[in-house]
Amino acid sequence: MTEEKKPGWKELPEGDVLESGTAVKFNTGGWRSSRPLWTQSNCIQCLICWIVCPDSSVTTKDGKMTGFDYDHCKGCGICDKECPTKPGKRAITMEAEKK
Amino acid sequence: MPIAAKTGNEAMAEAMRQINPDVVAAYPITPATEVVMIFAQFVADGLVDTEYIPVESEHSAMSACVGASAAGARVMTGTSSQGLALMYEILPIASALRLPIIMSEVNRALSGPINIHCDHSDTMGGRDFGWIQIFSENAQEAYDNLLQAVRIAEDPRVKLPAMVTTDGFIISHCMEKIEMLEDSEVKAFVGERKPAANLLDTEHPITIGALDLQDYYFEHRRQVAEAMGGSAPIILEVADEFAKKTGRKYGLFDEYKLADAEIAMVALGSTCGTAKVVIDELRAKGIKAGMLKIRVFRPFPAEKIAEALAKIPAVAVLDRSDSLNAQGGPVFTEIRSALYDKAKKPKIINYIYGLGGRDIMLTDIRSIFSDLQSVDKQKLVNYLGVRE
Repeated sequence: MTEEKKPGWKELPEGDVLESGTAVKFNTGGWRSSRPLWTQSNCIQCLICWIVCPDSSVTTKDGKMTGFDYDHCKGCGICDKECPTKPGKRAITMEAEKK
Repeated sequence: MPIAAKTGNEAMAEAMRQINPDVVAAYPITPATEVVMIFAQFVADGLVDTEYIPVESEHSAMSACVGASAAGARVMTGTSSQGLALMYEILPIASALRLPIIMSEVNRALSGPINIHCDHSDTMGGRDFGWIQIFSENAQEAYDNLLQAVRIAEDPRVKLPAMVTTDGFIISHCMEKIEMLEDSEVKAFVGERKPAANLLDTEHPITIGALDLQDYYFEHRRQVAEAMGGSAPIILEVADEFAKKTGRKYGLFDEYKLADAEIAMVALGSTCGTAKVVIDELRAKGIKAGMLKIRVFRPFPAEKIAEALAKIPAVAVLDRSDSLNAQGGPVFTEIRSALYDKAKKPKIINYIYGLGGRDIMLTDIRSIFSDLQSVDKQKLVNYLGVRE
Protein backbone atom coordinates (compact mmCIF):
# COMPACT_ATOMS: atom_id res chain seq x y z
CA MET A 1 0.00 0.00 0.00
CA THR A 2 1.42 3.40 -0.95
CA GLU A 3 1.01 6.37 1.33
CA GLU A 4 -1.51 8.97 0.17
CA LYS A 5 0.18 12.19 -1.04
CA LYS A 6 -1.48 15.06 0.80
CA PRO A 7 -1.41 18.64 -0.47
CA GLY A 8 0.94 21.13 1.20
CA TRP A 9 -0.28 24.48 2.49
CA LYS A 10 0.44 26.20 -0.82
CA GLU A 11 -1.75 23.79 -2.81
CA LEU A 12 -4.58 23.36 -0.32
CA PRO A 13 -7.76 25.38 -1.05
CA GLU A 14 -7.77 28.50 1.14
CA GLY A 15 -10.08 29.03 4.08
CA ASP A 16 -11.23 25.44 4.56
CA VAL A 17 -13.65 25.84 1.61
CA LEU A 18 -14.50 22.48 0.06
CA GLU A 19 -16.99 21.01 -2.39
CA SER A 20 -20.45 20.50 -0.94
CA GLY A 21 -21.86 17.29 0.48
CA THR A 22 -18.70 16.09 2.19
CA ALA A 23 -20.68 14.99 5.26
CA VAL A 24 -21.98 12.05 3.18
CA LYS A 25 -18.50 10.51 3.37
CA PHE A 26 -18.32 10.81 7.14
CA ASN A 27 -20.47 8.26 8.92
CA THR A 28 -21.64 9.68 12.22
CA GLY A 29 -24.25 7.00 12.96
CA GLY A 30 -21.82 5.28 15.30
CA TRP A 31 -22.37 8.02 17.88
CA ARG A 32 -26.02 6.97 18.33
CA SER A 33 -27.26 5.69 21.70
CA SER A 34 -30.85 5.21 20.58
CA ARG A 35 -32.37 4.83 17.11
CA PRO A 36 -35.64 6.00 15.58
CA LEU A 37 -37.87 3.23 14.26
CA TRP A 38 -40.42 3.88 11.51
CA THR A 39 -43.80 2.14 11.38
CA GLN A 40 -44.96 2.66 7.83
CA SER A 41 -48.61 1.73 8.49
CA ASN A 42 -48.93 4.53 11.10
CA CYS A 43 -47.16 7.19 9.00
CA ILE A 44 -49.37 10.02 7.68
CA GLN A 45 -46.60 11.28 5.31
CA CYS A 46 -46.60 14.82 6.73
CA LEU A 47 -42.77 14.95 6.30
CA ILE A 48 -42.30 17.00 9.50
CA CYS A 49 -39.50 14.57 10.45
CA TRP A 50 -37.79 15.30 7.13
CA ILE A 51 -38.02 19.05 7.79
CA VAL A 52 -36.68 18.94 11.36
CA CYS A 53 -33.92 16.34 10.98
CA PRO A 54 -30.62 18.22 11.51
CA ASP A 55 -28.61 15.55 9.68
CA SER A 56 -30.71 14.99 6.53
CA SER A 57 -31.14 11.41 7.71
CA VAL A 58 -34.83 10.95 6.86
CA THR A 59 -34.85 9.22 3.48
CA THR A 60 -37.54 9.94 0.89
CA LYS A 61 -38.57 8.78 -2.57
CA ASP A 62 -41.01 10.60 -4.83
CA GLY A 63 -41.97 12.95 -1.99
CA LYS A 64 -42.73 10.13 0.48
CA MET A 65 -40.91 9.17 3.66
CA THR A 66 -39.13 5.82 3.23
CA GLY A 67 -37.16 5.40 6.47
CA PHE A 68 -33.87 6.50 8.07
CA ASP A 69 -30.27 6.71 6.96
CA TYR A 70 -28.63 4.98 9.94
CA ASP A 71 -25.12 5.77 8.65
CA HIS A 72 -25.69 9.43 9.51
CA CYS A 73 -28.57 9.54 12.04
CA LYS A 74 -27.11 10.53 15.44
CA GLY A 75 -30.26 9.47 17.31
CA CYS A 76 -31.15 12.95 18.58
CA GLY A 77 -34.85 12.04 18.66
CA ILE A 78 -36.18 15.32 17.24
CA CYS A 79 -38.16 13.34 14.62
CA ASP A 80 -39.83 11.30 17.37
CA LYS A 81 -40.54 14.43 19.45
CA GLU A 82 -42.10 16.28 16.51
CA CYS A 83 -43.98 13.39 14.88
CA PRO A 84 -47.69 14.33 15.23
CA THR A 85 -49.06 10.75 15.25
CA LYS A 86 -51.13 9.71 18.28
CA PRO A 87 -50.00 7.40 21.15
CA GLY A 88 -50.66 3.80 20.27
CA LYS A 89 -50.39 4.64 16.56
CA ARG A 90 -46.92 6.18 16.55
CA ALA A 91 -45.09 6.34 13.21
CA ILE A 92 -41.75 7.05 14.93
CA THR A 93 -40.53 5.55 18.20
CA MET A 94 -37.06 5.48 19.77
CA GLU A 95 -35.30 2.27 20.78
CA ALA A 96 -32.03 1.98 22.73
CA GLU A 97 -29.04 0.75 20.72
CA LYS A 98 -27.86 -2.60 22.05
CA LYS A 99 -24.80 -4.52 21.02
CA MET B 1 -14.25 67.79 1.28
CA PRO B 2 -16.72 68.14 4.16
CA ILE B 3 -15.18 69.20 7.46
CA ALA B 4 -17.09 68.20 10.57
CA ALA B 5 -16.79 68.12 14.35
CA LYS B 6 -17.02 64.46 15.34
CA THR B 7 -16.17 62.23 18.28
CA GLY B 8 -14.21 59.09 17.49
CA ASN B 9 -17.39 57.03 17.76
CA GLU B 10 -19.28 59.41 15.47
CA ALA B 11 -16.42 59.36 12.98
CA MET B 12 -16.50 55.56 12.86
CA ALA B 13 -20.30 55.48 12.55
CA GLU B 14 -20.12 58.00 9.69
CA ALA B 15 -17.49 55.86 7.96
CA MET B 16 -19.82 52.86 8.35
CA ARG B 17 -22.69 54.85 6.85
CA GLN B 18 -20.60 55.77 3.84
CA ILE B 19 -19.31 52.20 3.46
CA ASN B 20 -22.95 51.00 3.55
CA PRO B 21 -22.24 47.37 4.54
CA ASP B 22 -24.72 44.59 3.69
CA VAL B 23 -24.89 43.29 7.26
CA VAL B 24 -24.07 44.68 10.72
CA ALA B 25 -24.49 42.47 13.77
CA ALA B 26 -23.56 44.07 17.08
CA TYR B 27 -24.23 44.32 20.79
CA PRO B 28 -23.73 47.51 22.81
CA ILE B 29 -20.84 47.98 25.21
CA THR B 30 -19.23 51.08 26.72
CA PRO B 31 -17.37 52.94 25.28
CA ALA B 32 -18.12 51.49 21.81
CA THR B 33 -21.92 51.57 22.14
CA GLU B 34 -22.36 54.77 20.17
CA VAL B 35 -20.68 53.42 17.05
CA VAL B 36 -23.39 50.85 16.44
CA MET B 37 -26.12 52.92 18.14
CA ILE B 38 -25.59 55.84 15.75
CA PHE B 39 -25.35 53.38 12.89
CA ALA B 40 -28.64 51.73 13.97
CA GLN B 41 -30.23 55.17 13.65
CA PHE B 42 -28.89 55.43 10.09
CA VAL B 43 -30.54 52.06 9.37
CA ALA B 44 -33.83 53.21 10.93
CA ASP B 45 -33.70 56.44 8.92
CA GLY B 46 -33.17 54.53 5.69
CA LEU B 47 -29.78 56.13 5.00
CA VAL B 48 -28.15 52.75 4.39
CA ASP B 49 -29.24 49.43 2.86
CA THR B 50 -27.83 47.41 5.74
CA GLU B 51 -29.51 44.41 7.36
CA TYR B 52 -28.99 45.24 11.05
CA ILE B 53 -29.02 42.20 13.34
CA PRO B 54 -29.52 43.03 17.02
CA VAL B 55 -28.23 40.05 18.98
CA GLU B 56 -28.17 38.90 22.60
CA SER B 57 -24.37 38.95 23.06
CA GLU B 58 -21.09 39.68 21.31
CA HIS B 59 -20.55 35.95 20.89
CA SER B 60 -23.72 35.89 18.80
CA ALA B 61 -22.76 39.13 17.04
CA MET B 62 -19.50 37.67 15.75
CA SER B 63 -21.21 34.36 14.93
CA ALA B 64 -23.80 36.22 12.84
CA CYS B 65 -20.97 38.15 11.17
CA VAL B 66 -19.25 34.88 10.24
CA GLY B 67 -22.42 33.44 8.72
CA ALA B 68 -23.24 36.60 6.79
CA SER B 69 -19.69 36.98 5.51
CA ALA B 70 -19.60 33.33 4.39
CA ALA B 71 -22.82 34.10 2.51
CA GLY B 72 -20.91 36.75 0.56
CA ALA B 73 -22.00 39.91 2.38
CA ARG B 74 -19.85 42.88 3.32
CA VAL B 75 -20.04 42.68 7.11
CA MET B 76 -19.14 45.09 9.91
CA THR B 77 -19.43 45.18 13.68
CA GLY B 78 -18.16 47.15 16.65
CA THR B 79 -17.24 46.30 20.21
CA SER B 80 -14.90 46.83 23.16
CA SER B 81 -13.29 45.09 26.13
CA GLN B 82 -15.48 42.30 27.57
CA GLY B 83 -17.43 42.36 24.33
CA LEU B 84 -14.30 41.63 22.32
CA ALA B 85 -13.36 38.98 24.88
CA LEU B 86 -16.74 37.33 24.41
CA MET B 87 -16.01 37.28 20.67
CA TYR B 88 -12.59 35.65 21.19
CA GLU B 89 -14.01 32.17 20.54
CA ILE B 90 -15.25 33.20 17.09
CA LEU B 91 -12.46 35.61 16.02
CA PRO B 92 -10.00 32.89 14.92
CA ILE B 93 -12.81 31.13 13.06
CA ALA B 94 -13.40 34.29 11.00
CA SER B 95 -9.73 34.45 10.03
CA ALA B 96 -9.34 30.70 9.41
CA LEU B 97 -12.35 30.77 7.08
CA ARG B 98 -10.79 33.86 5.45
CA LEU B 99 -13.82 36.08 6.01
CA PRO B 100 -13.05 39.81 5.66
CA ILE B 101 -15.22 41.10 8.52
CA ILE B 102 -14.48 44.70 9.54
CA MET B 103 -14.66 45.74 13.20
CA SER B 104 -14.43 49.08 14.93
CA GLU B 105 -12.91 48.22 18.28
CA VAL B 106 -12.69 50.79 21.06
CA ASN B 107 -9.78 49.90 23.35
CA ARG B 108 -10.82 49.39 26.96
CA ALA B 109 -9.39 47.56 29.97
CA LEU B 110 -10.39 43.97 30.59
CA SER B 111 -12.07 43.13 33.88
CA GLY B 112 -11.14 42.66 36.59
CA PRO B 113 -11.41 44.61 38.63
CA ILE B 114 -14.21 46.03 36.56
CA ASN B 115 -13.20 49.17 34.68
CA ILE B 116 -14.64 50.88 31.62
CA HIS B 117 -11.69 53.08 30.65
CA CYS B 118 -8.93 52.90 28.09
CA ASP B 119 -6.10 50.51 27.84
CA HIS B 120 -5.08 48.05 25.15
CA SER B 121 -5.59 44.77 27.05
CA ASP B 122 -8.65 43.76 25.00
CA THR B 123 -7.07 44.25 21.58
CA MET B 124 -3.72 42.79 22.64
CA GLY B 125 -5.55 39.73 23.99
CA GLY B 126 -6.77 39.16 20.44
CA ARG B 127 -3.46 39.74 18.71
CA ASP B 128 -2.86 36.11 17.72
CA PHE B 129 -6.28 35.43 16.21
CA GLY B 130 -5.41 36.21 12.59
CA TRP B 131 -7.07 39.63 12.54
CA ILE B 132 -5.35 42.61 10.98
CA GLN B 133 -5.04 45.23 13.75
CA ILE B 134 -4.82 48.92 12.94
CA PHE B 135 -4.44 51.54 15.70
CA SER B 136 -5.59 55.17 15.44
CA GLU B 137 -4.16 58.27 17.13
CA ASN B 138 -7.32 60.37 16.80
CA ALA B 139 -10.79 60.52 15.25
CA GLN B 140 -9.44 61.46 11.82
CA GLU B 141 -7.24 58.38 11.72
CA ALA B 142 -10.08 56.21 12.97
CA TYR B 143 -12.25 57.40 10.08
CA ASP B 144 -9.47 57.01 7.51
CA ASN B 145 -8.38 53.62 8.83
CA LEU B 146 -11.90 52.19 8.79
CA LEU B 147 -12.37 53.12 5.13
CA GLN B 148 -9.01 51.59 4.23
CA ALA B 149 -9.68 48.45 6.29
CA VAL B 150 -12.52 47.46 3.97
CA ARG B 151 -10.26 47.52 0.94
CA ILE B 152 -7.43 45.72 2.75
CA ALA B 153 -9.55 42.95 4.28
CA GLU B 154 -11.55 42.22 1.13
CA ASP B 155 -8.60 42.27 -1.24
CA PRO B 156 -8.50 38.79 -2.86
CA ARG B 157 -4.78 38.63 -2.02
CA VAL B 158 -5.60 39.12 1.69
CA LYS B 159 -9.07 37.84 2.68
CA LEU B 160 -8.60 38.39 6.41
CA PRO B 161 -10.78 40.12 8.99
CA ALA B 162 -9.58 43.48 10.26
CA MET B 163 -10.13 45.57 13.37
CA VAL B 164 -9.55 49.30 13.53
CA THR B 165 -9.08 50.57 17.06
CA THR B 166 -9.52 53.85 18.89
CA ASP B 167 -8.76 54.55 22.56
CA GLY B 168 -11.78 54.36 24.85
CA PHE B 169 -13.12 57.82 25.85
CA ILE B 170 -9.86 59.55 24.90
CA ILE B 171 -10.73 59.20 21.20
CA SER B 172 -14.18 57.61 21.28
CA HIS B 173 -15.84 60.45 23.21
CA CYS B 174 -13.56 63.37 22.42
CA MET B 175 -14.80 65.75 19.71
CA GLU B 176 -12.33 66.80 17.05
CA LYS B 177 -12.35 68.39 13.65
CA ILE B 178 -12.23 65.74 10.95
CA GLU B 179 -12.10 65.91 7.20
CA MET B 180 -14.48 63.46 5.56
CA LEU B 181 -14.79 62.19 2.02
CA GLU B 182 -17.98 62.72 0.02
CA ASP B 183 -20.37 59.74 0.15
CA SER B 184 -19.82 59.13 -3.57
CA GLU B 185 -16.03 59.13 -3.12
CA VAL B 186 -16.24 56.50 -0.38
CA LYS B 187 -18.59 54.40 -2.50
CA ALA B 188 -16.08 54.47 -5.37
CA PHE B 189 -13.14 53.85 -3.03
CA VAL B 190 -14.54 50.78 -1.24
CA GLY B 191 -16.24 49.28 -4.32
CA GLU B 192 -18.16 46.03 -3.92
CA ARG B 193 -17.11 42.84 -2.21
CA LYS B 194 -16.60 40.08 -4.78
CA PRO B 195 -16.00 36.78 -2.97
CA ALA B 196 -14.83 33.83 -5.09
CA ALA B 197 -17.43 31.56 -3.49
CA ASN B 198 -20.38 32.04 -1.16
CA LEU B 199 -22.80 29.86 0.77
CA LEU B 200 -25.92 31.22 -0.95
CA ASP B 201 -24.71 30.36 -4.47
CA THR B 202 -26.81 27.20 -4.95
CA GLU B 203 -25.42 26.74 -8.48
CA HIS B 204 -21.97 26.21 -6.93
CA PRO B 205 -22.60 24.66 -3.52
CA ILE B 206 -19.67 24.62 -1.06
CA THR B 207 -18.79 23.43 2.41
CA ILE B 208 -17.21 26.03 4.73
CA GLY B 209 -15.60 25.15 8.02
CA ALA B 210 -15.45 21.37 7.79
CA LEU B 211 -13.76 19.33 10.52
CA ASP B 212 -10.02 19.78 10.02
CA LEU B 213 -7.96 17.36 12.10
CA GLN B 214 -4.32 16.27 12.32
CA ASP B 215 -4.02 15.95 8.53
CA TYR B 216 -4.99 19.47 7.41
CA TYR B 217 -5.46 21.92 10.32
CA PHE B 218 -1.74 22.76 10.46
CA GLU B 219 -1.63 23.62 6.73
CA HIS B 220 -4.66 25.89 7.06
CA ARG B 221 -3.08 27.73 10.00
CA ARG B 222 0.12 28.12 7.97
CA GLN B 223 -1.97 29.74 5.21
CA VAL B 224 -3.36 32.32 7.65
CA ALA B 225 0.17 33.24 8.77
CA GLU B 226 1.19 33.65 5.14
CA ALA B 227 -1.89 35.75 4.32
CA MET B 228 -1.17 37.99 7.32
CA GLY B 229 2.43 38.57 6.22
CA GLY B 230 1.28 39.11 2.65
CA SER B 231 -1.21 41.78 3.71
CA ALA B 232 1.56 44.29 4.57
CA PRO B 233 2.25 45.40 0.96
CA ILE B 234 -1.51 45.55 0.29
CA ILE B 235 -1.96 47.81 3.34
CA LEU B 236 0.66 50.14 1.84
CA GLU B 237 -0.92 49.95 -1.61
CA VAL B 238 -4.32 50.95 -0.23
CA ALA B 239 -2.67 53.72 1.83
CA ASP B 240 -1.06 55.11 -1.33
CA GLU B 241 -4.37 55.21 -3.15
CA PHE B 242 -5.99 56.84 -0.12
CA ALA B 243 -3.22 59.46 0.04
CA LYS B 244 -3.78 60.35 -3.60
CA LYS B 245 -7.44 61.06 -2.83
CA THR B 246 -7.02 62.84 0.50
CA GLY B 247 -3.40 63.94 0.89
CA ARG B 248 -3.29 62.01 4.17
CA LYS B 249 -0.40 59.55 4.17
CA TYR B 250 -0.29 56.32 6.15
CA GLY B 251 2.34 53.60 6.57
CA LEU B 252 2.64 50.49 8.70
CA PHE B 253 4.15 52.86 11.26
CA ASP B 254 4.85 56.56 11.35
CA GLU B 255 8.18 58.19 12.22
CA TYR B 256 8.06 61.46 14.14
CA LYS B 257 11.44 63.24 14.16
CA LEU B 258 13.03 59.81 14.35
CA ALA B 259 15.71 59.95 11.63
CA ASP B 260 18.34 61.75 13.74
CA ALA B 261 16.89 60.93 17.18
CA GLU B 262 19.23 59.96 20.02
CA ILE B 263 16.40 59.08 22.40
CA ALA B 264 13.10 57.73 21.11
CA MET B 265 9.88 56.16 22.24
CA VAL B 266 7.52 53.68 20.58
CA ALA B 267 3.79 53.84 21.24
CA LEU B 268 0.40 53.29 19.66
CA GLY B 269 -2.89 55.15 19.78
CA SER B 270 -3.76 58.45 21.41
CA THR B 271 -0.61 58.63 23.55
CA CYS B 272 1.33 59.46 20.39
CA GLY B 273 -0.43 62.83 20.18
CA THR B 274 0.69 63.68 23.72
CA ALA B 275 4.21 62.52 22.96
CA LYS B 276 4.54 64.80 19.93
CA VAL B 277 4.06 67.85 22.17
CA VAL B 278 6.88 66.73 24.46
CA ILE B 279 9.15 65.84 21.55
CA ASP B 280 8.65 69.34 20.11
CA GLU B 281 9.52 70.86 23.51
CA LEU B 282 12.68 68.77 23.77
CA ARG B 283 13.69 69.54 20.19
CA ALA B 284 13.34 73.28 20.97
CA LYS B 285 15.88 72.74 23.75
CA GLY B 286 18.24 70.96 21.34
CA ILE B 287 17.52 67.45 22.69
CA LYS B 288 17.21 64.96 19.83
CA ALA B 289 14.01 63.15 20.80
CA GLY B 290 11.78 61.22 18.41
CA MET B 291 9.01 58.66 18.17
CA LEU B 292 7.96 55.61 16.22
CA LYS B 293 4.18 55.35 16.17
CA ILE B 294 2.90 51.89 15.33
CA ARG B 295 -0.21 52.00 13.16
CA VAL B 296 -0.36 48.33 12.13
CA PHE B 297 0.35 45.87 14.95
CA ARG B 298 -0.83 42.86 12.91
CA PRO B 299 0.81 42.13 10.55
CA PHE B 300 3.77 43.14 12.72
CA PRO B 301 6.35 45.00 10.57
CA ALA B 302 9.29 43.58 12.54
CA GLU B 303 12.12 44.09 10.06
CA LYS B 304 11.19 47.64 9.14
CA ILE B 305 10.75 48.64 12.78
CA ALA B 306 14.12 47.09 13.63
CA GLU B 307 15.74 49.06 10.81
CA ALA B 308 14.12 52.29 11.95
CA LEU B 309 15.26 51.83 15.56
CA ALA B 310 18.63 50.10 15.15
CA LYS B 311 20.83 53.20 15.14
CA ILE B 312 19.11 55.05 17.97
CA PRO B 313 21.11 54.75 21.22
CA ALA B 314 18.15 54.59 23.64
CA VAL B 315 14.55 53.53 23.06
CA ALA B 316 11.54 53.26 25.38
CA VAL B 317 8.60 51.09 24.32
CA LEU B 318 5.25 52.01 25.85
CA ASP B 319 2.72 49.25 26.45
CA ARG B 320 -0.82 50.15 27.46
CA SER B 321 -1.39 46.54 28.52
CA ASP B 322 0.60 44.14 30.61
CA SER B 323 1.53 40.52 30.06
CA LEU B 324 1.71 40.23 33.86
CA ASN B 325 5.28 39.07 34.37
CA ALA B 326 6.31 38.09 30.90
CA GLN B 327 9.41 40.05 29.85
CA GLY B 328 7.48 43.27 29.47
CA GLY B 329 4.32 44.09 27.53
CA PRO B 330 3.42 42.61 24.13
CA VAL B 331 4.74 45.54 22.05
CA PHE B 332 8.04 45.50 23.94
CA THR B 333 8.67 41.78 23.61
CA GLU B 334 8.07 41.86 19.87
CA ILE B 335 10.24 44.92 19.25
CA ARG B 336 13.05 43.67 21.45
CA SER B 337 12.92 40.34 19.62
CA ALA B 338 12.93 42.11 16.23
CA LEU B 339 16.14 43.92 17.22
CA TYR B 340 17.97 40.82 18.50
CA ASP B 341 19.83 40.05 15.27
CA LYS B 342 20.89 43.63 14.57
CA ALA B 343 24.64 44.12 15.06
CA LYS B 344 23.97 47.67 16.25
CA LYS B 345 20.90 48.06 18.39
CA PRO B 346 19.56 50.43 21.02
CA LYS B 347 19.49 50.00 24.74
CA ILE B 348 15.78 49.35 25.07
CA ILE B 349 13.43 49.61 28.07
CA ASN B 350 9.71 49.11 28.62
CA TYR B 351 7.02 51.17 30.31
CA ILE B 352 3.69 49.63 31.23
CA TYR B 353 1.38 52.63 31.55
CA GLY B 354 -2.18 53.90 31.52
CA LEU B 355 -3.92 50.73 32.65
CA GLY B 356 -7.63 51.14 33.32
CA GLY B 357 -7.63 54.67 31.91
CA ARG B 358 -4.88 56.09 34.16
CA ASP B 359 -4.01 59.39 32.48
CA ILE B 360 -0.74 59.70 30.61
CA MET B 361 0.31 63.31 31.11
CA LEU B 362 2.97 65.47 29.48
CA THR B 363 4.97 65.09 32.71
CA ASP B 364 4.89 61.30 32.32
CA ILE B 365 6.27 61.47 28.79
CA ARG B 366 8.91 64.00 29.93
CA SER B 367 9.99 61.57 32.66
CA ILE B 368 10.41 58.79 30.08
CA PHE B 369 12.67 60.92 27.89
CA SER B 370 14.54 62.02 31.01
CA ASP B 371 15.07 58.35 31.95
CA LEU B 372 16.34 57.63 28.43
CA GLN B 373 19.14 60.17 28.94
CA SER B 374 20.55 57.80 31.59
CA VAL B 375 19.20 54.59 30.09
CA ASP B 376 21.93 52.38 31.60
CA LYS B 377 20.58 53.08 35.06
CA GLN B 378 17.00 52.07 34.21
CA LYS B 379 15.20 48.81 34.82
CA LEU B 380 14.13 46.67 31.85
CA VAL B 381 10.42 46.83 32.68
CA ASN B 382 8.93 49.82 34.47
CA TYR B 383 5.44 50.54 35.73
CA LEU B 384 4.89 54.20 34.89
CA GLY B 385 2.75 56.10 37.37
CA VAL B 386 1.70 53.20 39.57
CA ARG B 387 1.70 54.11 43.27
CA GLU B 388 4.34 52.23 45.27
